[in-house]
Amino acid sequence: MKVGVVVFPGSNCDRDMYHVLTDVFHLDAEYYWHEKELPANIDAVILPGGFSYGDRLRAGVIAAHSPIIKDVKKMAEKGIPILGVCNGFQILVESGLLPGVLLKNESLNFMCEWTNLIVENNKTPFTNQFKLNDKIPIPIANGEGRYYVDDDTMKELKKKNQIVFRYSEVVNGSANRIAGVCNEAGNVVGMMPHPERAVESDINPVDNKPSSLIFESLLTKMGVSK
Amino acid sequence: MSLEERELAELKSKIGRDPTSTELQIVAAEWSEHCSYKSSKRHLKMLPMDGPLVINEKGYDSGVLDVGDGYVVTAHIESHNHPSAVEPYGGAATGVGGVIRDILSAGTRPIAIFDGLRFGNIENDLQARWLFKNAVTGIADYGNCLGIPTIGGEVEFDECYENYALVDVAALGFGKKENLIKNHVEEGDVVVLMGGSTGRDGIGGSQFASDSLESEDRSAVQIPDPFIEKLIIEAVLQARSDGLIHAMKDLGGGGLSCAISETADAMEIGIEMDVDKVHTRESDMNPDEIMVSESQERMLIVTSKTKLKKLEEICNKFRIGCSVIGDVNFNNQVHIKKGEKTVANLPADFVANATLLDLPSKEPTYLKTIETEKNFESISDYSKLMMKLLASPNIASKIWVYGQYDHEVGIRTVVKPGADASVLRLDNGKYLSAKIDGNPKQCYINPREGAIGCFEEACRNVVCTGAKPIGMLDHLQFGNPNDPEIFWTFLESLKGLTDFAKSFEIPCVGGKVSLYNETPKGSIKPTPVIGVIGLIEKKPSVPQKISNNDCLLIIGDTKDELGGSEYFEYVHKFVGGKCPSVNFADSKKNMTSVLDIIDKNLIKLAHDCSKGGLAIAVSEICMTNQIGCNVSLDKVPGEKLDVDRILFSESHSRYLISFDNENLSKIQSILNENNVSFAQIGQFGGKKIQFNNGTKSVIDLDVEKAHETWLHALPNLVLHGKKTN
Repeated sequence: MKVGVVVFPGSNCDRDMYHVLTDVFHLDAEYYWHEKELPANIDAVILPGGFSYGDRLRAGVIAAHSPIIKDVKKMAEKGIPILGVCNGFQILVESGLLPGVLLKNESLNFMCEWTNLIVENNKTPFTNQFKLNDKIPIPIANGEGRYYVDDDTMKELKKKNQIVFRYSEVVNGSANRIAGVCNEAGNVVGMMPHPERAVESDINPVDNKPSSLIFESLLTKMGVSK
Repeated sequence: MSLEERELAELKSKIGRDPTSTELQIVAAEWSEHCSYKSSKRHLKMLPMDGPLVINEKGYDSGVLDVGDGYVVTAHIESHNHPSAVEPYGGAATGVGGVIRDILSAGTRPIAIFDGLRFGNIENDLQARWLFKNAVTGIADYGNCLGIPTIGGEVEFDECYENYALVDVAALGFGKKENLIKNHVEEGDVVVLMGGSTGRDGIGGSQFASDSLESEDRSAVQIPDPFIEKLIIEAVLQARSDGLIHAMKDLGGGGLSCAISETADAMEIGIEMDVDKVHTRESDMNPDEIMVSESQERMLIVTSKTKLKKLEEICNKFRIGCSVIGDVNFNNQVHIKKGEKTVANLPADFVANATLLDLPSKEPTYLKTIETEKNFESISDYSKLMMKLLASPNIASKIWVYGQYDHEVGIRTVVKPGADASVLRLDNGKYLSAKIDGNPKQCYINPREGAIGCFEEACRNVVCTGAKPIGMLDHLQFGNPNDPEIFWTFLESLKGLTDFAKSFEIPCVGGKVSLYNETPKGSIKPTPVIGVIGLIEKKPSVPQKISNNDCLLIIGDTKDELGGSEYFEYVHKFVGGKCPSVNFADSKKNMTSVLDIIDKNLIKLAHDCSKGGLAIAVSEICMTNQIGCNVSLDKVPGEKLDVDRILFSESHSRYLISFDNENLSKIQSILNENNVSFAQIGQFGGKKIQFNNGTKSVIDLDVEKAHETWLHALPNLVLHGKKTN
């Protein structure tokens, strides 16, 4: 059972994610530089946060053209679980794997703070251990985290159950307070908040159990016993 | 400012000929105050720099502390004042970049950034507001992009910084002791310039920084590129792990001139380099420009020819420049060529070690009368006054600042910003705490006691997390040192810091001197900024939620020393009075007692009592916990004082601790045993912050209202120009 952590030039949460996967959840994880190929037998792929290409042009837009994205798309089609966190979410959106765009926060500032998520879809590989409306205390840290889609797409998202997480209150002006979405098949999930920063009790000032369920959901999906 | 006549004569007589223009540029850069410390160096030696945990190796740009189990922590502090005063975004951002590369050059990964920011009075000075806003954005954009958490700092406003800015950045690094770069060279080694291209930005930056700011020389300001810096960090750390680095130095002030001459001097070697080999941003740069450009995001690496290939592969992976610009030899000369033509050839030790000055000093005349107080208007409504203070820029919450910094990345931040000091977890199960503090208002009134006060305050902040201070960084910022009165204040501050460091056995592991900080109206106030690093062996004191009936106890005496206090300066617009002074014996007792109480797990929270005095410190606890408190001013230990003085005195060595009532007797017995002055002065509960003197109510505030005011005053002012009071 292997999880790939994709590293782009400027990724900066790759090491944090790797630590959580290996040291906290005892998974077999490996870094994949963006110019490398993903092996066909990989079981899950995570695009971590950071500032790929320094957020130049627009967050995630250059990384969306990295060679490895071709493989990520293949994996997405095969139904393999893929999670994009923060910049990883921006890259998934820019590469067309997820709908919508991420705009500058309403405050026009970078925001680093703890907030709460509400689980809206518990059918994805990263949310199958939650009950609907479960609350997750979690930190955000982004400058371009305001989710936006046009009205028609929003209707589609609702109809197809593609809204995975919403903020419990207005944080940055996201449409419908959306914090995370998935593709139609549900195997590709993107979220702005950082679950890898919330699964260990000594750095989580509220409760580390809810965020842990995101990774435990993946373990369950992969059939790994806890 | 270029070379002085005396220095030019010295140069000529040393080399026995007229210097070339490149030689003049190199020497002017290296002998600038910024690079050579020529005014301060002979005095800095008084600071204690050794200790059981200090690791000293030649050529390090940062201090190294052994934190056990094979791990080290590195630390450094820098400022970027002159550039930030002209171009605050780029100046502040490149300030972060520079100090990060100092941490990197020891072979450690940067894990934390701290920033100390000082500007003019933002309440009525629009330029100060602009400088503040853009400096914060500059730091945020740079640090966030690097993925290094900015976990602490301070912001202060004072009219002495009108038309100017102080931007201090400190950084910590962490790594394995075995991975430290052991600067050494072997025969046949090559000199590599890695990272961003060399351009025309930051030309003569160190001379610019060594002069009073008279013109807005924007070309002397460097242009930030955090993306390249991030790639350099990863490339350097990989090269370090692969053992490809023999010696390394960051390119900072003075650019290649300083990096080449200081490396050659520290390693006792000669370096022959060719400016044509340097990868430049523009094609027609002349040797002088290449040698003194302060373009950012560059590292100088010495490696062997056999390891070079691997180093180039790493740079290629990250798509960063990697030019072999020269060779190592053993003739101790800095030999700069352009192709075959020699453009400079100078002895390295001569270039790297400017003749030190012994500047005269004289006690400033203003100090003779500074302690005399005037008669103050009496305060009719202390509650109203408190609301005004809570909204004042120096006291209002700084969440608008640190909320823009990613303080979680790296997943080490156990105690988040907003507390006395943040705490990071380390890989060996220990914890690290650090804080930087300055207090120019007090340092102006008494440079010695003021500087000691900054040092003690930083210690107090770290102690409140349960950490024992293990190292100190000093950043000494003053005006023109050729003014004997200013130089006297520099020496007094330095002597004070030295005495405290020696007495408390806290070694100075790094520092910086920034002189010529002058504004159109004259010199800035003496502004030493002190960073203290603390280590926690077991578990940090993470602030716990305070509940009804919890006790509030104060440790330490409150004295009649309000000189430089917010109360005198902000409320009464009075600069003067007696500066708070630290009694070393009391300070030690109090520090040890607080650490002991935390170690025994007896308290929920410890908070340092400083800016704004007892009244503000208690309110901060109440506001962040959304709970009221009833404080009896008549119980506060110390001299018998009027209520305003008890409320707002900024006496040092004081701590507020909050705990469950049932621990009271245990805490009392520890404090009694240590012969510490203390008193239980209040109890938490309800929704009102109340200060009483006997039966008389002095202050009565609604917690929620106070909290709202305190929280929003700064963004209201900065973003909307709205004064809260």
